[in-house]
Amino acid sequence: MRIVEHPILDELDTTKKVTIYCDGQPVEALEGEPIASALMNAGIRSFRYTVKRHEKRGIFCAIGRCTDCMMIVDGVPNTRTCVTPVRDGMHVKTQDGLGSFEQKEEAK
Amino acid sequence: MKIKEVDVAIVGAGSAGLSAAYQAATAGAKVLVMDENRLPGGQLFKQIHKFFGSRAHQAGTRGYVIGQQLLERVEKSGAEVWLNTLVYGMQKDCSLGVIHDGEHYVVKAKKVIIATGAKENYLAFPGSTLPGVMGAGAAQTMINVNRVLPGQRIMMLGSGNVGLIVSYQLMQAGADVVALVEAAPGIGGYGVHAGKIRRAGVPFYVSHTIKEVIGKDEVEKVTIVQVDSKFQQIPGTEKTFDVDTLCLAVGLNPMTELIWMAGCEFCFIPAFGGHVPLHDRNMETSVAGLYVAGDVTGVEEASSAMEEGNMAGVAAAEALGYLSAEDAAAKKAEITGRLNTLRSGQFGEKRRVAKEQQLQYMADYQAKKGGSL
Repeated sequence: MRIVEHPILDELDTTKKVTIYCDGQPVEALEGEPIASALMNAGIRSFRYTVKRHEKRGIFCAIGRCTDCMMIVDGVPNTRTCVTPVRDGMHVKTQDGLGSFEQKEEAK
Repeated sequence: MKIKEVDVAIVGAGSAGLSAAYQAATAGAKVLVMDENRLPGGQLFKQIHKFFGSRAHQAGTRGYVIGQQLLERVEKSGAEVWLNTLVYGMQKDCSLGVIHDGEHYVVKAKKVIIATGAKENYLAFPGSTLPGVMGAGAAQTMINVNRVLPGQRIMMLGSGNVGLIVSYQLMQAGADVVALVEAAPGIGGYGVHAGKIRRAGVPFYVSHTIKEVIGKDEVEKVTIVQVDSKFQQIPGTEKTFDVDTLCLAVGLNPMTELIWMAGCEFCFIPAFGGHVPLHDRNMETSVAGLYVAGDVTGVEEASSAMEEGNMAGVAAAEALGYLSAEDAAAKKAEITGRLNTLRSGQFGEKRRVAKEQQLQYMADYQAKKGGSL
């Protein structure tokens, strides 16, 4: 959920919107925000499956260190979505295991 | 592969790195600051609370305002700032492997200052990998920088200042903080922060820990359990809460990877979050010309990080001849005075003792090496 009004911070400017696609579904995003932020706002909290146990993972550190939020972004696997800004028309895919550049994964 | 040559290269554009850049650049050095993020300021811009300390430390000013002021000073100082820039390695001669604007660079600097900060600790328990379990700092980034709520009903584990402050800021952002859980028998952080969330009606569970997180695809419930004086779970004391998010505020550890690469000597100081690079009062490490500043030298807080950055910047400028010994000594005395103030009182005292211990390790190392590096 977006935090527009805030007791300390200025009102959030929500006028500049772009659209990204998560596993094919359109997701509204604010220009310049990280991918993970747009997904979380849309209620998407599971970003990838682990290699060995095929478990779901989401955001852990949100500053680009832990790599729990990696997805396939415009065909590039292992992209840290918490520090990668959105771009209009961007395609992000849930990553299964290590991911691959061939984009063999189908949308989950 | 391009070569970039500067007097002082600084890795990390947060509290410490920007302060170091300001000091070195205003003294006349050619300074380059690099940061992986698209915005400078490190973690300062998520700190929306008022800082403590004396007026010299801008007590009463909110963290992000301090960040804006620091940025303005650095911009005027003439220091060059490269953002979206990855520093992936450091050679023994302190030259840096860098990717900037998609191009490879080797940055060669006469002095290098590492100010890479710290990252959050993790804690393992059943269900700890489910989406919805995250660092408290991650939740703080989400609400204060990205302006998105990570969840609606949140449990916080850890009652140090991070756990307390982020709990309050989650409530300011519109979330319900359902419970604050602490394994120790008492609250870890400042009473003034604890009081604010206590008055807001958040129940505190001290001597409790997480037993398990329950959920199919993400966090749905969390069960906590009381612990005895040896932190062992007491069966029959479990309580289960409906929450969608669990935040872990269980400390931080220094991001020292680059410093290890350069071959620095380290010591282990639990109060500082783990292994920290040996350094002297000038913030210079066991590798000549390599300086460190901020949380990477041991986890403290933003004001101390800024002062350590100031110290490293002044020392590097002096070593390069941009500051006279007298001018440098005067600046260092002021900085040391402010650091001593920050490292005093009930909470600061522990950090002062830890820093003295680290300095002693460094002195021992230097003596072993023959007194000079």
